[in-house]
Amino acid sequence: MASSRIQQRPPEASGRPSRAARLSHWLNVGVPYFWLLVFFLLPFVIVLQISLAEPMLGQPPYTALWEWAGDAMVQVRLNLANYLLVLEDDLYLAAFLNSLWIALVCTLLCLLIGYPMAYAIATAPERWRMPLLMLIVLPFWTSFLIRVYAWIGILKPNGLLNNYLMALGLIDEPLVILHTQLAIYIGIVYSYLPFMILPLYANLARMDHTLLEAAADLGCRPAQAFLRVTLPLSMPGIIAGSMLVFIPAVGEFVIPDLLGGPQSLMVGRMLWTEFFNNKDWPLASALAIVLLLLLVIPFVAMQRWQQRIEGQRT
Amino acid sequence: MKRNPWTLYTVLAFGYAFLYVPVLLLIIYSFNESRLVTVWGGFSTKWYGELLQNRQLLDAAWLSVRIAAVNATFAVLLGTLAANALVRHGRFRGRTGFSLLLTAPLVMPDVIIGLSLLLLFVTLQQVIGWPDGRGFTTITIAHITFSMAYVAVVVNTRLGQMDRSLEEAAMDLGARPLTVYLQITLPLIAPALVSGWLLAFTLSLDDLVIASFVSGPGSTTLPMVVYSSVRMGVSPQINALATLIVLFVTLAVIIAGLAMRGRREG
Repeated sequence: MASSRIQQRPPEASGRPSRAARLSHWLNVGVPYFWLLVFFLLPFVIVLQISLAEPMLGQPPYTALWEWAGDAMVQVRLNLANYLLVLEDDLYLAAFLNSLWIALVCTLLCLLIGYPMAYAIATAPERWRMPLLMLIVLPFWTSFLIRVYAWIGILKPNGLLNNYLMALGLIDEPLVILHTQLAIYIGIVYSYLPFMILPLYANLARMDHTLLEAAADLGCRPAQAFLRVTLPLSMPGIIAGSMLVFIPAVGEFVIPDLLGGPQSLMVGRMLWTEFFNNKDWPLASALAIVLLLLLVIPFVAMQRWQQRIEGQRT
Repeated sequence: MKRNPWTLYTVLAFGYAFLYVPVLLLIIYSFNESRLVTVWGGFSTKWYGELLQNRQLLDAAWLSVRIAAVNATFAVLLGTLAANALVRHGRFRGRTGFSLLLTAPLVMPDVIIGLSLLLLFVTLQQVIGWPDGRGFTTITIAHITFSMAYVAVVVNTRLGQMDRSLEEAAMDLGARPLTVYLQITLPLIAPALVSGWLLAFTLSLDDLVIASFVSGPGSTTLPMVVYSSVRMGVSPQINALATLIVLFVTLAVIIAGLAMRGRREG
Protein backbone atom coordinates (compact mmCIF):
# COMPACT_ATOMS: atom_id res chain seq x y z
CA MET A 1 0.00 0.00 0.00
CA ALA A 2 1.09 3.53 -0.67
CA SER A 3 0.77 4.59 2.95
CA SER A 4 3.57 2.36 4.15
CA ARG A 5 5.98 3.71 1.57
CA ILE A 6 6.51 7.05 3.25
CA GLN A 7 6.95 5.59 6.68
CA GLN A 8 9.45 2.99 5.57
CA ARG A 9 11.73 5.60 4.05
CA PRO A 10 15.02 5.44 5.96
CA PRO A 11 15.43 8.35 8.40
CA GLU A 12 17.55 10.98 6.71
CA ALA A 13 19.17 12.93 9.50
CA SER A 14 19.80 12.51 13.22
CA GLY A 15 16.59 10.60 14.08
CA ARG A 16 14.35 13.64 13.65
CA PRO A 17 11.92 12.01 11.18
CA SER A 18 11.26 9.17 13.58
CA ARG A 19 10.40 11.64 16.33
CA ALA A 20 8.06 13.41 13.94
CA ALA A 21 6.55 10.06 13.02
CA ARG A 22 6.03 9.23 16.67
CA LEU A 23 4.44 12.61 17.31
CA SER A 24 2.19 12.16 14.28
CA HIS A 25 1.19 8.69 15.49
CA TRP A 26 0.46 10.02 18.97
CA LEU A 27 -1.65 12.83 17.54
CA ASN A 28 -3.55 10.96 14.82
CA VAL A 29 -4.13 7.70 16.66
CA GLY A 30 -3.87 8.72 20.29
CA VAL A 31 -6.14 11.75 20.49
CA PRO A 32 -9.26 10.31 18.77
CA TYR A 33 -8.66 6.93 20.43
CA PHE A 34 -8.54 8.56 23.84
CA TRP A 35 -11.74 10.51 23.12
CA LEU A 36 -13.61 7.39 22.01
CA LEU A 37 -12.37 5.36 24.97
CA VAL A 38 -13.50 8.00 27.48
CA PHE A 39 -16.76 9.12 25.86
CA PHE A 40 -17.87 5.99 24.04
CA LEU A 41 -16.46 2.85 25.67
CA LEU A 42 -16.20 3.92 29.31
CA PRO A 43 -19.91 4.91 29.42
CA PHE A 44 -20.89 1.32 28.60
CA VAL A 45 -18.89 0.08 31.59
CA ILE A 46 -20.80 2.53 33.76
CA VAL A 47 -24.15 1.47 32.26
CA LEU A 48 -23.26 -2.15 33.06
CA GLN A 49 -22.37 -1.16 36.60
CA ILE A 50 -25.58 0.80 37.18
CA SER A 51 -27.70 -1.96 35.65
CA LEU A 52 -26.58 -4.03 38.65
CA ALA A 53 -27.61 -1.38 41.18
CA GLU A 54 -30.95 -0.87 42.89
CA PRO A 55 -33.15 2.12 42.22
CA MET A 56 -33.70 4.49 45.13
CA LEU A 57 -34.97 7.95 45.75
CA GLY A 58 -32.15 10.43 45.69
CA GLN A 59 -29.54 12.07 43.57
CA PRO A 60 -28.36 10.01 41.68
CA PRO A 61 -31.33 7.63 41.93
CA TYR A 62 -29.46 4.33 42.40
CA THR A 63 -27.53 2.56 45.12
CA ALA A 64 -23.75 2.26 45.21
CA LEU A 65 -22.37 -1.12 44.18
CA TRP A 66 -19.71 -1.33 46.88
CA GLU A 67 -18.91 0.25 50.18
CA TRP A 68 -16.20 -0.01 52.81
CA ALA A 69 -17.29 -2.32 55.57
CA GLY A 70 -14.28 -1.60 57.78
CA ASP A 71 -11.37 -3.99 58.47
CA ALA A 72 -10.16 -3.73 54.86
CA MET A 73 -13.38 -5.32 53.67
CA VAL A 74 -15.30 -4.16 50.62
CA GLN A 75 -18.92 -5.06 50.57
CA VAL A 76 -20.24 -5.56 47.03
CA ARG A 77 -23.93 -5.78 46.30
CA LEU A 78 -24.88 -6.88 42.81
CA ASN A 79 -28.56 -6.71 42.04
CA LEU A 80 -29.63 -9.06 39.26
CA ALA A 81 -33.32 -8.28 39.65
CA ASN A 82 -33.32 -5.87 36.69
CA TYR A 83 -32.06 -8.54 34.32
CA LEU A 84 -34.45 -11.14 35.71
CA LEU A 85 -37.30 -8.71 35.18
CA VAL A 86 -36.23 -7.92 31.61
CA LEU A 87 -35.84 -11.61 30.76
CA GLU A 88 -38.94 -12.90 32.54
CA ASP A 89 -41.53 -10.19 32.06
CA ASP A 90 -43.56 -10.85 28.92
CA LEU A 91 -43.88 -7.13 28.25
CA TYR A 92 -40.13 -6.64 27.81
CA LEU A 93 -39.73 -9.84 25.84
CA ALA A 94 -42.55 -8.72 23.53
CA ALA A 95 -40.89 -5.32 23.12
CA PHE A 96 -37.58 -6.90 22.13
CA LEU A 97 -39.19 -9.33 19.69
CA ASN A 98 -41.38 -6.64 18.19
CA SER A 99 -38.39 -4.27 17.76
CA LEU A 100 -36.42 -6.97 15.96
CA TRP A 101 -39.45 -7.82 13.80
CA ILE A 102 -40.13 -4.18 12.87
CA ALA A 103 -36.45 -3.61 12.06
CA LEU A 104 -36.38 -6.76 9.92
CA VAL A 105 -39.53 -5.86 7.96
CA CYS A 106 -38.30 -2.29 7.41
CA THR A 107 -34.86 -3.51 6.28
CA LEU A 108 -36.47 -5.79 3.69
CA LEU A 109 -38.80 -3.01 2.51
CA CYS A 110 -35.87 -0.58 2.23
CA LEU A 111 -33.98 -3.19 0.22
CA LEU A 112 -36.97 -3.80 -2.03
CA ILE A 113 -37.41 -0.08 -2.75
CA GLY A 114 -33.76 0.94 -2.49
CA TYR A 115 -32.17 -1.69 -4.72
CA PRO A 116 -34.03 -0.76 -7.93
CA MET A 117 -33.45 2.93 -7.15
CA ALA A 118 -29.72 2.46 -6.58
CA TYR A 119 -29.54 0.32 -9.70
CA ALA A 120 -31.37 2.93 -11.77
CA ILE A 121 -29.06 5.70 -10.54
CA ALA A 122 -25.92 3.61 -11.09
CA THR A 123 -26.95 2.81 -14.68
CA ALA A 124 -28.29 6.29 -15.53
CA PRO A 125 -26.30 8.47 -17.95
CA GLU A 126 -23.11 9.71 -16.32
CA ARG A 127 -24.15 13.37 -16.04
CA TRP A 128 -27.40 12.50 -14.27
CA ARG A 129 -25.83 10.43 -11.52
CA MET A 130 -24.54 13.18 -9.25
CA PRO A 131 -27.79 15.21 -9.27
CA LEU A 132 -29.85 12.04 -8.70
CA LEU A 133 -27.60 11.08 -5.81
CA MET A 134 -27.80 14.59 -4.35
CA LEU A 135 -31.59 14.24 -4.37
CA ILE A 136 -31.24 11.07 -2.28
CA VAL A 137 -28.97 12.78 0.22
CA LEU A 138 -30.87 16.06 0.49
CA PRO A 139 -33.75 14.80 2.71
CA PHE A 140 -31.11 13.34 5.02
CA TRP A 141 -29.83 16.87 5.64
CA THR A 142 -33.23 18.24 6.60
CA SER A 143 -34.47 17.61 10.10
CA PHE A 144 -35.29 13.99 10.87
CA LEU A 145 -37.83 15.01 13.51
CA ILE A 146 -39.65 17.24 11.04
CA ARG A 147 -39.74 14.57 8.35
CA VAL A 148 -41.38 12.21 10.84
CA TYR A 149 -43.75 15.00 11.82
CA ALA A 150 -44.77 15.42 8.18
CA TRP A 151 -46.27 11.93 8.26
CA ILE A 152 -48.55 12.80 11.18
CA GLY A 153 -50.32 15.36 9.00
CA ILE A 154 -50.59 12.85 6.17
CA LEU A 155 -51.71 9.77 8.09
CA LYS A 156 -54.09 11.29 10.69
CA PRO A 157 -57.76 10.21 10.55
CA ASN A 158 -58.64 13.68 9.16
CA GLY A 159 -55.24 13.98 7.49
CA LEU A 160 -54.24 14.60 3.90
CA LEU A 161 -54.26 10.97 2.76
CA ASN A 162 -57.73 10.27 4.13
CA ASN A 163 -59.13 13.57 2.82
CA TYR A 164 -57.74 12.78 -0.59
CA LEU A 165 -59.02 9.21 -0.71
CA MET A 166 -62.46 10.29 0.50
CA ALA A 167 -62.62 13.11 -2.03
CA LEU A 168 -61.89 10.55 -4.72
CA GLY A 169 -64.67 8.38 -3.31
CA LEU A 170 -62.36 5.42 -2.80
CA ILE A 171 -63.20 5.09 0.88
CA ASP A 172 -66.22 6.14 2.93
CA GLU A 173 -64.65 6.46 6.32
CA PRO A 174 -61.09 7.38 7.28
CA LEU A 175 -58.47 4.65 7.41
CA VAL A 176 -56.83 4.29 10.78
CA ILE A 177 -53.11 4.36 10.03
CA LEU A 178 -51.60 6.81 12.50
CA HIS A 179 -50.77 5.19 15.86
CA THR A 180 -50.56 1.72 14.38
CA GLN A 181 -47.63 -0.51 13.54
CA LEU A 182 -48.14 0.30 9.84
CA ALA A 183 -47.32 3.95 10.54
CA ILE A 184 -44.07 2.83 12.21
CA TYR A 185 -43.14 0.83 9.12
CA ILE A 186 -43.84 3.82 6.88
CA GLY A 187 -41.88 6.18 9.12
CA ILE A 188 -38.81 3.95 9.42
CA VAL A 189 -38.67 3.05 5.72
CA TYR A 190 -39.05 6.73 4.82
CA SER A 191 -36.33 7.92 7.20
CA TYR A 192 -33.79 5.15 6.61
CA LEU A 193 -34.14 4.68 2.83
CA PRO A 194 -31.11 6.90 2.00
CA PHE A 195 -28.92 4.74 4.28
CA MET A 196 -29.84 1.74 2.13
CA ILE A 197 -29.44 3.45 -1.24
CA LEU A 198 -26.02 5.06 -0.68
CA PRO A 199 -23.93 1.92 0.00
CA LEU A 200 -25.84 0.03 -2.70
CA TYR A 201 -25.13 2.79 -5.19
CA ALA A 202 -21.43 2.91 -4.22
CA ASN A 203 -21.24 -0.83 -4.85
CA LEU A 204 -23.27 -0.95 -8.08
CA ALA A 205 -21.48 2.03 -9.62
CA ARG A 206 -18.13 0.24 -9.24
CA MET A 207 -19.35 -2.94 -10.86
CA ASP A 208 -17.52 -4.24 -13.91
CA HIS A 209 -20.09 -4.21 -16.72
CA THR A 210 -17.95 -6.32 -19.03
CA LEU A 211 -18.97 -9.28 -16.85
CA LEU A 212 -22.60 -8.74 -17.86
CA GLU A 213 -21.61 -8.45 -21.52
CA ALA A 214 -19.63 -11.67 -21.21
CA ALA A 215 -22.66 -13.37 -19.68
CA ALA A 216 -24.84 -12.09 -22.53
CA ASP A 217 -22.31 -13.26 -25.12
CA LEU A 218 -22.41 -16.70 -23.58
CA GLY A 219 -26.18 -16.79 -24.06
CA CYS A 220 -27.29 -15.78 -20.58
CA ARG A 221 -30.66 -14.02 -20.52
CA PRO A 222 -30.85 -10.64 -18.74
CA ALA A 223 -32.87 -11.89 -15.77
CA GLN A 224 -30.51 -14.80 -15.31
CA ALA A 225 -27.47 -12.54 -15.67
CA PHE A 226 -28.89 -10.30 -12.96
CA LEU A 227 -29.43 -13.20 -10.58
CA ARG A 228 -26.09 -14.87 -11.27
CA VAL A 229 -23.76 -11.91 -11.78
CA THR A 230 -25.13 -8.59 -10.53
CA LEU A 231 -26.84 -9.79 -7.37
CA PRO A 232 -23.92 -11.82 -5.96
CA LEU A 233 -21.48 -9.01 -6.80
CA SER A 234 -23.64 -6.45 -5.00
CA MET A 235 -23.79 -8.52 -1.81
CA PRO A 236 -21.35 -6.22 0.08
CA GLY A 237 -23.61 -3.25 -0.68
CA ILE A 238 -26.69 -5.20 0.40
CA ILE A 239 -25.06 -6.22 3.69
CA ALA A 240 -23.76 -2.72 4.45
CA GLY A 241 -27.07 -1.03 3.63
CA SER A 242 -29.11 -3.59 5.57
CA MET A 243 -26.99 -3.16 8.69
CA LEU A 244 -27.16 0.64 8.48
CA VAL A 245 -30.95 0.30 8.50
CA PHE A 246 -31.45 -2.69 10.80
CA ILE A 247 -29.20 -1.80 13.75
CA PRO A 248 -30.43 1.73 14.47
CA ALA A 249 -34.03 0.78 13.63
CA VAL A 250 -34.11 -1.80 16.45
CA GLY A 251 -33.48 0.93 19.01
CA GLU A 252 -35.55 3.63 17.31
CA PHE A 253 -37.40 5.96 19.68
CA VAL A 254 -38.77 8.98 17.83
CA ILE A 255 -40.71 7.12 15.13
CA PRO A 256 -42.59 4.65 17.39
CA ASP A 257 -43.23 7.47 19.84
CA LEU A 258 -44.74 9.90 17.34
CA LEU A 259 -46.31 7.52 14.79
CA GLY A 260 -46.87 4.30 16.75
CA GLY A 261 -49.71 3.52 19.09
CA PRO A 262 -49.71 2.41 22.71
CA GLN A 263 -49.85 -1.24 21.64
CA SER A 264 -46.80 -1.11 19.35
CA LEU A 265 -44.04 -1.84 21.82
CA MET A 266 -40.47 -1.03 20.93
CA VAL A 267 -37.53 -1.34 23.26
CA GLY A 268 -36.13 2.15 22.59
CA ARG A 269 -39.39 3.66 23.73
CA MET A 270 -39.55 1.44 26.84
CA LEU A 271 -36.03 2.48 27.78
CA TRP A 272 -37.06 6.11 27.43
CA THR A 273 -40.18 5.58 29.57
CA GLU A 274 -38.28 3.74 32.30
CA PHE A 275 -35.72 6.51 32.40
CA PHE A 276 -37.77 9.70 32.05
CA ASN A 277 -41.21 8.72 33.37
CA ASN A 278 -40.48 6.01 35.95
CA LYS A 279 -37.03 7.38 36.89
CA ASP A 280 -35.77 3.80 37.12
CA TRP A 281 -32.18 4.28 35.94
CA PRO A 282 -30.98 0.75 36.79
CA LEU A 283 -33.79 -0.88 34.82
CA ALA A 284 -33.20 1.45 31.86
CA SER A 285 -29.51 0.49 32.04
CA ALA A 286 -30.34 -3.22 32.04
CA LEU A 287 -32.53 -2.70 28.96
CA ALA A 288 -29.66 -0.84 27.27
CA ILE A 289 -27.20 -3.67 28.05
CA VAL A 290 -29.53 -6.36 26.69
CA LEU A 291 -30.20 -4.29 23.57
CA LEU A 292 -26.47 -3.72 23.15
CA LEU A 293 -25.76 -7.46 23.39
CA LEU A 294 -28.43 -8.15 20.77
CA LEU A 295 -26.94 -5.57 18.39
CA VAL A 296 -23.33 -6.68 18.86
CA ILE A 297 -23.99 -9.79 16.74
CA PRO A 298 -25.08 -8.01 13.52
CA PHE A 299 -22.49 -5.28 14.14
CA VAL A 300 -19.54 -7.65 14.37
CA ALA A 301 -20.86 -9.55 11.35
CA MET A 302 -20.93 -6.27 9.40
CA GLN A 303 -17.36 -5.42 10.45
CA ARG A 304 -16.13 -8.87 9.41
CA TRP A 305 -17.71 -8.40 5.98
CA GLN A 306 -16.17 -4.98 5.58
CA GLN A 307 -12.72 -6.24 6.51
CA ARG A 308 -13.02 -9.13 4.10
CA ILE A 309 -13.92 -6.74 1.30
CA GLU A 310 -11.02 -4.44 2.17
CA GLY A 311 -8.76 -7.47 2.26
CA GLN A 312 -9.90 -8.49 -1.20
CA ARG A 313 -9.36 -5.04 -2.60
CA THR A 314 -5.72 -4.69 -1.54
CA MET B 1 -28.93 -0.31 -18.94
CA LYS B 2 -30.21 0.00 -22.45
CA ARG B 3 -32.58 -2.90 -22.16
CA ASN B 4 -35.53 -1.71 -20.17
CA PRO B 5 -34.99 1.77 -18.80
CA TRP B 6 -38.66 2.66 -18.45
CA THR B 7 -39.42 0.32 -15.56
CA LEU B 8 -36.32 1.58 -13.78
CA TYR B 9 -37.19 5.22 -14.34
CA THR B 10 -40.72 4.58 -13.08
CA VAL B 11 -39.28 3.07 -9.92
CA LEU B 12 -37.02 6.12 -9.56
CA ALA B 13 -39.94 8.51 -10.03
CA PHE B 14 -42.00 6.75 -7.38
CA GLY B 15 -39.01 6.57 -5.06
CA TYR B 16 -38.32 10.30 -5.31
CA ALA B 17 -42.03 11.05 -4.92
CA PHE B 18 -42.02 9.00 -1.71
CA LEU B 19 -39.02 10.96 -0.43
CA TYR B 20 -40.23 14.41 -1.42
CA VAL B 21 -44.04 14.57 -1.33
CA PRO B 22 -44.26 14.63 2.51
CA VAL B 23 -41.77 17.50 2.67
CA LEU B 24 -43.54 19.39 -0.13
CA LEU B 25 -46.91 19.03 1.62
CA LEU B 26 -45.31 20.33 4.80
CA ILE B 27 -44.08 23.42 2.95
CA ILE B 28 -47.40 24.04 1.16
CA TYR B 29 -49.40 23.84 4.38
CA SER B 30 -47.04 26.23 6.16
CA PHE B 31 -48.75 28.96 4.08
CA ASN B 32 -52.19 27.82 5.20
CA GLU B 33 -54.43 30.39 6.85
CA SER B 34 -56.30 27.75 8.87
CA ARG B 35 -55.03 26.47 12.19
CA LEU B 36 -56.16 23.00 11.14
CA VAL B 37 -53.01 22.01 9.33
CA THR B 38 -54.75 19.67 6.91
CA VAL B 39 -57.63 21.86 5.77
CA TRP B 40 -56.77 24.60 3.28
CA GLY B 41 -58.09 27.96 4.43
CA GLY B 42 -56.35 30.35 2.04
CA PHE B 43 -52.83 31.69 1.65
CA SER B 44 -51.20 33.35 4.62
CA THR B 45 -47.75 33.93 6.07
CA LYS B 46 -49.03 34.57 9.58
CA TRP B 47 -47.41 31.41 11.03
CA TYR B 48 -44.00 32.77 10.04
CA GLY B 49 -44.82 35.92 11.97
CA GLU B 50 -45.86 33.90 15.01
CA LEU B 51 -42.75 31.79 14.69
CA LEU B 52 -40.56 34.88 14.88
CA GLN B 53 -42.44 35.98 18.02
CA ASN B 54 -41.92 32.64 19.76
CA ARG B 55 -39.22 33.52 22.30
CA GLN B 56 -38.84 29.99 23.67
CA LEU B 57 -38.32 28.55 20.21
CA LEU B 58 -35.87 31.26 19.17
CA ASP B 59 -33.79 30.85 22.32
CA ALA B 60 -33.68 27.10 21.76
CA ALA B 61 -32.68 27.61 18.12
CA TRP B 62 -29.84 29.94 19.13
CA LEU B 63 -28.57 27.42 21.70
CA SER B 64 -28.76 24.63 19.10
CA VAL B 65 -26.86 26.65 16.51
CA ARG B 66 -24.07 27.45 18.99
CA ILE B 67 -23.78 23.81 20.07
CA ALA B 68 -23.83 22.68 16.43
CA ALA B 69 -21.03 25.07 15.43
CA VAL B 70 -18.72 24.13 18.32
CA ASN B 71 -19.54 20.46 17.78
CA ALA B 72 -18.83 20.61 14.05
CA THR B 73 -15.46 22.27 14.57
CA PHE B 74 -14.24 19.72 17.11
CA ALA B 75 -15.76 16.83 15.15
CA VAL B 76 -13.85 17.85 12.02
CA LEU B 77 -10.64 18.06 14.04
CA LEU B 78 -11.02 14.69 15.73
CA GLY B 79 -12.60 12.98 12.71
CA THR B 80 -9.76 14.11 10.44
CA LEU B 81 -7.15 12.86 12.90
CA ALA B 82 -8.97 9.54 13.08
CA ALA B 83 -9.15 9.27 9.29
CA ASN B 84 -5.41 10.06 9.09
CA ALA B 85 -4.79 7.28 11.57
CA LEU B 86 -6.77 4.75 9.54
CA VAL B 87 -5.44 5.69 6.11
CA ARG B 88 -1.87 6.77 6.92
CA HIS B 89 -0.76 4.74 9.88
CA GLY B 90 -1.23 1.29 8.39
CA ARG B 91 -1.51 -1.56 10.82
CA PHE B 92 -0.82 0.07 14.19
CA ARG B 93 -1.46 -1.78 17.43
CA GLY B 94 -5.11 -1.67 18.43
CA ARG B 95 -6.26 -0.78 14.94
CA THR B 96 -9.17 -3.23 14.97
CA GLY B 97 -10.46 -1.82 18.25
CA PHE B 98 -9.96 1.69 16.95
CA SER B 99 -11.99 1.14 13.79
CA LEU B 100 -14.69 -0.71 15.78
CA LEU B 101 -14.99 2.25 18.17
CA LEU B 102 -15.11 4.63 15.23
CA THR B 103 -17.82 2.71 13.34
CA ALA B 104 -20.07 1.87 16.27
CA PRO B 105 -21.43 5.43 16.81
CA LEU B 106 -22.74 5.37 13.22
CA VAL B 107 -25.24 2.61 13.94
CA MET B 108 -25.62 2.69 17.73
CA PRO B 109 -29.21 3.54 18.70
CA ASP B 110 -29.50 7.05 20.13
CA VAL B 111 -31.15 5.90 23.34
CA ILE B 112 -28.08 3.84 24.22
CA ILE B 113 -25.60 6.63 23.47
CA GLY B 114 -27.73 9.15 25.37
CA LEU B 115 -28.25 7.01 28.45
CA SER B 116 -24.64 5.86 28.64
CA LEU B 117 -23.22 9.37 28.29
CA LEU B 118 -25.59 10.73 30.91
CA LEU B 119 -24.51 8.03 33.37
CA LEU B 120 -20.88 8.83 32.56
CA PHE B 121 -21.40 12.53 33.26
CA VAL B 122 -23.25 11.80 36.52
CA THR B 123 -20.49 9.44 37.66
CA LEU B 124 -17.72 11.86 36.66
CA GLN B 125 -19.42 14.64 38.57
CA GLN B 126 -19.54 12.42 41.68
CA VAL B 127 -15.93 11.32 41.38
CA ILE B 128 -14.01 14.34 40.08
CA GLY B 129 -16.59 17.12 40.30
CA TRP B 130 -16.64 17.71 36.54
CA PRO B 131 -18.84 18.42 34.60
CA ASP B 132 -20.57 20.70 37.04
CA GLY B 133 -24.19 20.21 36.05
CA ARG B 134 -25.39 19.48 32.55
CA GLY B 135 -26.03 21.75 29.61
CA PHE B 136 -24.05 23.27 26.77
CA THR B 137 -20.81 21.39 27.52
CA THR B 138 -22.30 17.95 28.03
CA ILE B 139 -24.55 18.19 24.95
CA THR B 140 -21.59 19.35 22.86
CA ILE B 141 -19.34 16.52 24.08
CA ALA B 142 -22.09 13.99 23.33
CA HIS B 143 -22.57 15.37 19.84
CA ILE B 144 -18.84 15.43 19.07
CA THR B 145 -18.63 11.76 19.98
CA PHE B 146 -21.02 10.61 17.27
CA SER B 147 -20.35 13.41 14.75
CA MET B 148 -16.63 12.66 14.58
CA ALA B 149 -17.44 9.15 13.34
CA TYR B 150 -19.37 10.61 10.39
CA VAL B 151 -16.61 13.11 9.63
CA ALA B 152 -14.06 10.28 9.74
CA VAL B 153 -16.04 8.37 7.08
CA VAL B 154 -16.20 11.41 4.78
CA VAL B 155 -12.50 12.32 5.18
CA ASN B 156 -11.47 8.66 5.01
CA THR B 157 -13.11 8.29 1.59
CA ARG B 158 -11.43 11.43 0.31
CA LEU B 159 -7.99 10.45 1.62
CA GLY B 160 -8.38 7.04 0.06
CA GLN B 161 -9.23 8.47 -3.37
CA MET B 162 -6.47 11.06 -3.27
CA ASP B 163 -3.54 10.96 -5.65
CA ARG B 164 -0.45 10.47 -3.49
CA SER B 165 2.07 11.49 -6.13
CA LEU B 166 1.99 15.20 -5.19
CA GLU B 167 2.83 14.39 -1.59
CA GLU B 168 5.56 12.02 -2.63
CA ALA B 169 7.04 14.63 -4.96
CA ALA B 170 7.14 17.16 -2.12
CA MET B 171 8.75 14.56 0.16
CA ASP B 172 11.36 13.79 -2.46
CA LEU B 173 12.11 17.50 -2.71
CA GLY B 174 12.86 17.45 1.00
CA ALA B 175 9.69 18.93 2.50
CA ARG B 176 9.03 17.85 6.08
CA PRO B 177 5.97 15.66 6.74
CA LEU B 178 4.13 18.41 8.59
CA THR B 179 4.76 20.91 5.79
CA VAL B 180 3.58 18.36 3.23
CA TYR B 181 0.43 17.73 5.26
CA LEU B 182 -0.40 21.40 5.75
CA GLN B 183 0.50 22.62 2.26
CA ILE B 184 -0.56 19.73 0.07
CA THR B 185 -2.78 17.21 1.85
CA LEU B 186 -5.07 19.67 3.65
CA PRO B 187 -5.94 21.75 0.56
CA LEU B 188 -6.64 18.52 -1.34
CA ILE B 189 -9.04 17.19 1.29
CA ALA B 190 -10.60 20.61 2.00
CA PRO B 191 -13.90 19.77 0.23
CA ALA B 192 -14.27 16.74 2.49
CA LEU B 193 -13.56 18.91 5.54
CA VAL B 194 -16.25 21.38 4.45
CA SER B 195 -18.86 18.70 3.86
CA GLY B 196 -17.80 16.97 7.08
CA TRP B 197 -18.30 20.20 9.00
CA LEU B 198 -21.73 20.77 7.46
CA LEU B 199 -22.73 17.17 8.12
CA ALA B 200 -21.65 17.40 11.77
CA PHE B 201 -23.50 20.71 12.09
CA THR B 202 -26.78 19.26 10.77
CA LEU B 203 -26.47 16.06 12.80
CA SER B 204 -26.13 18.13 15.95
CA LEU B 205 -28.96 20.49 15.01
CA ASP B 206 -31.16 17.46 14.41
CA ASP B 207 -30.54 15.41 17.52
CA LEU B 208 -33.42 15.02 19.95
CA VAL B 209 -32.77 11.81 21.86
CA ILE B 210 -29.16 12.19 22.96
CA ALA B 211 -29.61 15.87 23.86
CA SER B 212 -32.69 15.01 25.95
CA PHE B 213 -30.62 12.64 28.07
CA VAL B 214 -27.57 14.85 28.61
CA SER B 215 -29.19 18.28 28.85
CA GLY B 216 -29.96 19.95 32.11
CA PRO B 217 -32.51 22.47 33.31
CA GLY B 218 -32.28 25.66 31.28
CA SER B 219 -30.65 24.07 28.26
CA THR B 220 -33.47 23.20 25.91
CA THR B 221 -32.40 22.64 22.32
CA LEU B 222 -34.51 23.28 19.23
CA PRO B 223 -35.46 19.61 18.60
CA MET B 224 -36.61 19.36 22.22
CA VAL B 225 -38.98 22.32 21.75
CA VAL B 226 -40.19 20.94 18.41
CA TYR B 227 -40.74 17.52 19.95
CA SER B 228 -42.81 18.76 22.85
CA SER B 229 -44.93 20.91 20.54
CA VAL B 230 -45.37 18.03 18.04
CA ARG B 231 -46.49 15.70 20.83
CA MET B 232 -49.34 18.13 21.49
CA GLY B 233 -50.47 17.64 17.90
CA VAL B 234 -49.71 19.23 14.56
CA SER B 235 -48.94 22.93 14.67
CA PRO B 236 -48.68 25.32 11.71
CA GLN B 237 -45.69 27.03 13.36
CA ILE B 238 -43.71 23.80 13.08
CA ASN B 239 -44.60 23.69 9.37
CA ALA B 240 -43.20 27.20 8.99
CA LEU B 241 -40.05 26.19 10.86
CA ALA B 242 -39.69 23.10 8.66
CA THR B 243 -39.97 25.26 5.54
CA LEU B 244 -37.22 27.58 6.78
CA ILE B 245 -34.96 24.60 7.58
CA VAL B 246 -35.54 23.01 4.17
CA LEU B 247 -34.85 26.35 2.46
CA PHE B 248 -31.66 26.87 4.48
CA VAL B 249 -30.38 23.34 3.88
CA THR B 250 -31.13 23.42 0.15
CA LEU B 251 -29.27 26.71 -0.21
CA ALA B 252 -26.33 25.42 1.82
CA VAL B 253 -26.09 22.24 -0.24
CA ILE B 254 -26.30 24.19 -3.52
CA ILE B 255 -23.63 26.66 -2.39
CA ALA B 256 -21.37 23.84 -1.15
CA GLY B 257 -21.88 22.01 -4.44
CA LEU B 258 -21.05 25.10 -6.50
CA ALA B 259 -18.01 25.86 -4.34
CA MET B 260 -16.68 22.35 -4.87
CA ARG B 261 -17.30 22.46 -8.59
CA GLY B 262 -15.52 25.83 -8.77
CA ARG B 263 -12.54 24.33 -6.95
CA ARG B 264 -12.36 21.39 -9.28
CA GLU B 265 -12.47 23.50 -12.41
CA GLY B 266 -10.29 26.34 -11.15
